Amino acid sequence: MNLDFSPEEKQFQQEVRSWMQANVPTQKKPGAMGYHSRDDQMAWEQLLGKQGWLASNWPTEFGGPGWNATEQHIFDEERAAAGGAITSPFGLTMLAPVLMKFGSPAQQERFLPKIAKCEELWCQGYSEPGAGSDLASLKTAAIRDGNEYVVNGQKIWTTQGHWADWIFCLVRTDNEGRKQQGISFLLIDMKTPGIEVRPIHTIDGEHHLNEVFFTDVRVPAENLVGEEGQGWTIAKYLLSHERTCIAGVAGSKAGIEGLKKLLANTPTETGTRLDDPTVRQRIAELEVDLMALEFTNFRTLDKMAKGQPPGAESSGLKIKGTELQQALTEARVELGGDDSLPWHNEEEIGHAEYNNASLAYNFLRASTIYGGSNEIQKNVIAKFLVAL
Amino acid sequence: MDFSLSSEQEMIRDSVNRFVEKDYSFDKYLDTVKTDAQMQPKTWQQFAEFGWLGQPLSETAGGYGGNAVDTSLIAEGLGNGLVLEPYIANIVFAGNLIALAGSSSQQEALVGPLVEGNKQLAVAFAERISRYNPAWCATTAQASDDGYVLNGEKHGVVNGANAETFIVSARTGGNAGETAGISLFLVDANTPGLTIRSYKTLGGGTAAELTLNEVTLSDDALLGAPGEGFAPLERALDYAIAAACADALGAMKAMLKRTAEYAGQRKQFGVPIGSFQVIQHKLVDMFIEVEQSTSMVLQAAVQADNDDRVTRRKAIAGAKAYINKSSKFVAQWAVQLHGGIGVTEELDVGHYFRRLTGFNLQYGDREYHLKQFAALSCDIEANAEQRAAA
Repeated sequence: MNLDFSPEEKQFQQEVRSWMQANVPTQKKPGAMGYHSRDDQMAWEQLLGKQGWLASNWPTEFGGPGWNATEQHIFDEERAAAGGAITSPFGLTMLAPVLMKFGSPAQQERFLPKIAKCEELWCQGYSEPGAGSDLASLKTAAIRDGNEYVVNGQKIWTTQGHWADWIFCLVRTDNEGRKQQGISFLLIDMKTPGIEVRPIHTIDGEHHLNEVFFTDVRVPAENLVGEEGQGWTIAKYLLSHERTCIAGVAGSKAGIEGLKKLLANTPTETGTRLDDPTVRQRIAELEVDLMALEFTNFRTLDKMAKGQPPGAESSGLKIKGTELQQALTEARVELGGDDSLPWHNEEEIGHAEYNNASLAYNFLRASTIYGGSNEIQKNVIAKFLVAL
Repeated sequence: MDFSLSSEQEMIRDSVNRFVEKDYSFDKYLDTVKTDAQMQPKTWQQFAEFGWLGQPLSETAGGYGGNAVDTSLIAEGLGNGLVLEPYIANIVFAGNLIALAGSSSQQEALVGPLVEGNKQLAVAFAERISRYNPAWCATTAQASDDGYVLNGEKHGVVNGANAETFIVSARTGGNAGETAGISLFLVDANTPGLTIRSYKTLGGGTAAELTLNEVTLSDDALLGAPGEGFAPLERALDYAIAAACADALGAMKAMLKRTAEYAGQRKQFGVPIGSFQVIQHKLVDMFIEVEQSTSMVLQAAVQADNDDRVTRRKAIAGAKAYINKSSKFVAQWAVQLHGGIGVTEELDVGHYFRRLTGFNLQYGDREYHLKQFAALSCDIEANAEQRAAA
């Protein structure tokens, strides 16, 4: 039992820290989902790509840095602490592991290098109006026609769909048998005729999400990943790779440190907001929760580093991680008081650092809904907890 | 970073589990909990034979030199088995305090008998208005020609019914609330002027109220340097808190296991109640709290051995604050999901409930430890230095 980073890991930490301090853009502030424009987001990711660090979770054989789980964690923590935007996960952490495991050599060669350098952005086509938590009920149909699939249907909640060059989709290729059996995993170029993207504005007043409509969209059959009907297996594999990054430990840690600094710089009649015992108590509660989350995350990383499957401890990471993100952004808004009221205001009002806190608070209400709602997560965990 | 247990630690864990399974049935607990001492000499002798009594104490002091992770494995097993014997108060707290502060002759006189199971100690540091703060010591120790005269009152002294010797904190200088000026004294239970009022506590175990009225001690009763008792007291208390958290974790795991099993067996409306989503989700919430608490126990145990005070205190205060809340959650829902049977004396679940309620109130409640944590974590400059140094 040992909780210290090794000397090599400490040296690595210093290296990443120096690079971040020198390279994180200081002009534009990212939000909970990254920068607010495609150009800013791509510029930041391309900078990381040039350094060879963008595909931080990839092995060297596919062009990643080959970091172990702890190094990946250190990288993410230093990125967040320096104020660098989160990277778009759809290509890097969702699709890439799928292509490495299920993709053909031609698919790997075609898509992975462009993801690792952020030359192409991806989005995820999973949810549909009638298939949310019950994802296997999806209806978007892909009918084989010669060397092509003809796709018809609709996807929804497509984050960054208006930015993306490509979308990976779960589509129905067969209506027979169990509903999970007829699902396939298909890669679709967003420029293909018949695709229409319509914006959905979220309660932070911003445009992250979209509806994507497919009308007779013709997709080359070579863009099928794995075999027909293997989509559900692939989707489950993808989910198992999301677990640790979705806990958002690095971001929450940076968030709490930032909030404490802000409170220490917010004067009151007698001192600063951070002197107030009730404020301190609230911060301490968040920080203690974070501590528990962080070490649960470490336990999972330790298992992964040893090549073992994540244990039971990992299954609660999404639930606890997203609850903490929400509690933290809620605290920032409430502790800002009326300084948190200005809404999408360019001018700085009062203690201006609180001004846009409500954006992240509003948007992150989605965190307990996306990636499988926390209620669905609990259904999954209950299956191995209660023997019926 | 490495979270795996050594093979020696796995053996320790297995030995506690085997003991509970073989020798500490619920009936044994019920027999013991009826007694005033809340312990059985025969069981305590078994602890000595297993080597558990020497494990937490340093080799230089006469112990076996285990680390705090070893101790937490023993404590977790004892909590899991609802074992009443005063392992934490007597060995982890008092024993470590002797090992940390005692002279070699004091260690020789006390640690040997402790390790062999022939000595019961208790640390008397709390007072009626100290509210868990070890620095709040108003009891005085007046130097005399050949020793000290102690006057004051001590409150909630854990293991007070069994202690043959108390380690009493008293002021040789400074004022209540200050860390400097606190001295530690060995006071035998039969010393004239010492009145002991002992009682059973709700989570099992005993405590006592002490009145010290002109208690006259010789110089060799002083444990450690005069006026410098706070540091070892705080350190030993941290060991006790880390072990108490592990004990609570053991109890939480037992409650979760019993509740999940019960939900799979108990039928209403023709089906097991565990098939209802409302029950399932509550069990999952309990499970997640057990996992988060496991993480907290691990980091607290590792950092309990850390000489850097800020790192250690944050780890310990954080763990106790967290587990005070999570253990209450698990305990309350274990009772609730058992329904009527959960509130009866005949089922062990209710006894675990009391144990965890007692844990919450001993060695600092959530409010106290959050305050301690905040005092350390809201010092922005110190944190920046620590981060730069890391």
